[in-house]
Amino acid sequence: MAVEVLEPFLKGDTGRNTRGLLRLIILCTIAAAAVASRLFSVILDPWFNFRATKYLVQNGFYSFWDWFDDREASHPVAQLVYEPRKPAEEPKRTRTWHPLGRVTGGTLYPGLMVTSGIIYHVLRFLSMPVDIRNICVLLAPGFSGLTAFASYLITSEMTTSPSAGLLAAIFMGITPGYISRSVAGSYDNEAIAIFLLVFTFFLWIKSVKNGSAMWGALTALFYGYMVSAWGGYVFITNLLPLHTFVLICMGRYSPRLYVSYSTWFALGTLASMQVPFVGFLPIRSSDHMSALGVFGLLQLVAFVEFIRQQVPNKQFQTLLRGLIFVVFVVSMGVLVLLTVSGVIAPWSGRFYSLWDTGYAKIHIPIIASVSEHQPTAWPAFFFDLNLMIWLFPAGVYMCFQQLKDEHVFVVIYAVLASYFAGVMVRLMLTLTPVVCIAAALAISSILDTYLVAENPIPKETQANGQATSDSIKSAADVIKDSLRSTRNPVLGIYSYVSKASVVGAVTTYLLLFVLHCTWVTSNAYSSPSVVLASKLPDGSQHIIDDYREAYYWLRQNTPDKAKIMSWWDYGYQIGGMADRPTLVDNNTWNNTHIATVGKAMSSREEVSYPILRQHDVDYVLVVFGGLLGYSGDDINKFLWMVRISEGIWPDEINERNYFTARGEYRVDDEATPTMRNSLMYKMSYYNYNALFPAGQAQDRVRGSKLPAEGPQLSTLEEAFTSENWIIRIYKVKDLDNVGRDHGSAVAFDKGNKKKKTAKRRGARVLRVE
Amino acid sequence: MPPKRASQISPNASVPPIPKAPSSATSSSSSKSSSAPTQTAQTAQTVLFDLWQRYLNTTPQRVKLIDVFMAFLVVVGGLQFVYCVLVGNYPFNAFLAGFGATVGQFVLTASLRIQTNPENKREFGSVSHERAFADFVLGSLILHFFCVNFIN
Repeated sequence: MAVEVLEPFLKGDTGRNTRGLLRLIILCTIAAAAVASRLFSVILDPWFNFRATKYLVQNGFYSFWDWFDDREASHPVAQLVYEPRKPAEEPKRTRTWHPLGRVTGGTLYPGLMVTSGIIYHVLRFLSMPVDIRNICVLLAPGFSGLTAFASYLITSEMTTSPSAGLLAAIFMGITPGYISRSVAGSYDNEAIAIFLLVFTFFLWIKSVKNGSAMWGALTALFYGYMVSAWGGYVFITNLLPLHTFVLICMGRYSPRLYVSYSTWFALGTLASMQVPFVGFLPIRSSDHMSALGVFGLLQLVAFVEFIRQQVPNKQFQTLLRGLIFVVFVVSMGVLVLLTVSGVIAPWSGRFYSLWDTGYAKIHIPIIASVSEHQPTAWPAFFFDLNLMIWLFPAGVYMCFQQLKDEHVFVVIYAVLASYFAGVMVRLMLTLTPVVCIAAALAISSILDTYLVAENPIPKETQANGQATSDSIKSAADVIKDSLRSTRNPVLGIYSYVSKASVVGAVTTYLLLFVLHCTWVTSNAYSSPSVVLASKLPDGSQHIIDDYREAYYWLRQNTPDKAKIMSWWDYGYQIGGMADRPTLVDNNTWNNTHIATVGKAMSSREEVSYPILRQHDVDYVLVVFGGLLGYSGDDINKFLWMVRISEGIWPDEINERNYFTARGEYRVDDEATPTMRNSLMYKMSYYNYNALFPAGQAQDRVRGSKLPAEGPQLSTLEEAFTSENWIIRIYKVKDLDNVGRDHGSAVAFDKGNKKKKTAKRRGARVLRVE
Repeated sequence: MPPKRASQISPNASVPPIPKAPSSATSSSSSKSSSAPTQTAQTAQTVLFDLWQRYLNTTPQRVKLIDVFMAFLVVVGGLQFVYCVLVGNYPFNAFLAGFGATVGQFVLTASLRIQTNPENKREFGSVSHERAFADFVLGSLILHFFCVNFIN
């Protein structure tokens, strides 16, 4: 009955409109689902981006561009820097990267902040006063809705099946691999970059298909936007040339390719150079040379094609040979010249680390020290992509079956992205779109095959069709006719049982996928890094809020100008939540400065103290998980600090000294003297054994018993320790009043006031409320 | 387009070097190199001349106009490059913007020429001549916007 009622809506002209409307509604629902699934918990994460956005909104675009970060948003920076007539107010009050400061405008990708700034102003214009904070929080979910739409568009270019695009959209919307970087409040570059990535690819495919300069120009525009938003734009810079190159090698050069690629390259390169952080890189660094090379190659191929149309074949051969020779000699000469004169920079370190996974560890420890840059563990693929990971090869295979220009693109993208995702956890993000596309292709072809309700065409009509095409019967047809089974092949699925079972199975898988996505999102990706949640033995949830406790303590109890030294992971958080200047932060633009902090942490106190004094450090903050079993603490990161500082001071710091003779990394009795005397070790375990009965002190992360005698600190004093000891803050002592060094001063104090101290302090008790 | 002259010279036009190669396979390469330069110089001359003649005869006036513009762009770009090499690239932004403008404009013009070429009609089913021109204008606008922004 229902079918009969619906019949007029689903056929003919009205049918097209109805289906279009339905598709639109479905897409809107998908976008809504994508947004909704990202709202499990909200916490604004990279504080710096938020701060930058606020600055942009308050001071306008131009001063944002010239922003020299000193966090005094109300003062224009120029006043502080260029007016030496007011020395009463400290001339330089850098708030991040303490003595150096940071030219923020030139060292960030502004796309994210500009986007939210524009949204903010548009909403204001529409007289909807929305706080900029809300825009920042909801930007990532909003853009994930757009990403779903973009993946619908790109998949619809791949296949004629209308369901594939919708499937790709819903996959993209809820897959954990993408949600991990776009939950509400994760205000990072990736939030908008993935949308731009997918949409740029869509525009590229469109332009290759149509050979239209307009689509090429649009590709270039969105490429420029992408460059301004995320460092991962290099992926596009290399993928599009590779696609073009492969097409040329396959003998598929076409004028369409020339039009789209040349337009993209000419406009896109200029667009990318508008971003100050990128600057002249597109013509200087080797990362971008492939695009340039393919551009040149394409011009040559086009020229040769043009000549070929003009001259007869024989002459063409002669010309071609001459041309190849000349071009080869000239290009080799230019290449040698440029390399010798050093105009072209060598490949950047990040690039090398993609090919040789051991490279980063040796040469650029700062990159390798980030957990996101580690190779991916195998279960992570299934965890992030679930059923799509085994549909992915099927989808790629189906691309091989058709293998038009756009399918070649998907194949290349799939191969490259799989490799990169295997090398770096972070690049799972670039793999996700292509997996969604391929999986959608596979599922939709299954569904299309099995869901068609009507039976295959009867034999009579087929025979009619054959009669008309009899004249072009080939040898293959003759062979077919000789076998009975192949004479009149009727393809299709007859049995309702098989239809039902297959469709049912697929539906079950899809439902399981939704369940898995929801579970992963709510459990793994929605827990903010600042607040830790744990389960008590009775199953109730216990919130560990040490970070915020400590940051709040800093905010309340330290002077406004107190410099906090910590490892760079916590820089943004201290800057944002405690509002205190830091030495280094998550924008790791200056390796030496980070190494300085690493050296201070990993040296003996006598060495560290001058460093701390030189950098005006007032407080030192360490993260210690030994009491709670929180494994992401500084002792576990300590080796990276050692490695990074070893890179700068190889004769003062030596990684080997931190390992025992048997090559173990230990913190107990057998720890090496270097380890035990390092500032980080001392700060972590200072007074720790007071918590336990004598000789029972235990580190729950390393699972080892600590020495009975705890470390002594002479140049620092404990200022604050959070509830669960996760954050410990030490105050750097001032120089001694009577000119003794700190060691003897402490010894003197000890000898005199031993009893008094013991009485005052008493035994430490763990606060458990 | 059908290669008449080619068929005059050798019956197997598509692979001309092959019939020559077996005969001289045993002979040393010195004899080849002695005869080759005069031969190729002659053919190259005739080939280029033929090319030019054919171009003058077959190309429509409008396309010739486009070609002149492209040649002009090549000259301007070359001049800029020579200037950059000789005098120095001090305002590097300005040089890049200028050079990029010529290269980009050249490429866009080439695209327009390709799109409006009747022989490519099959390739560009969805692109009419008017559309091609509109694309060309759009691309040029974007290009020059970036260049002006970049020139400082």
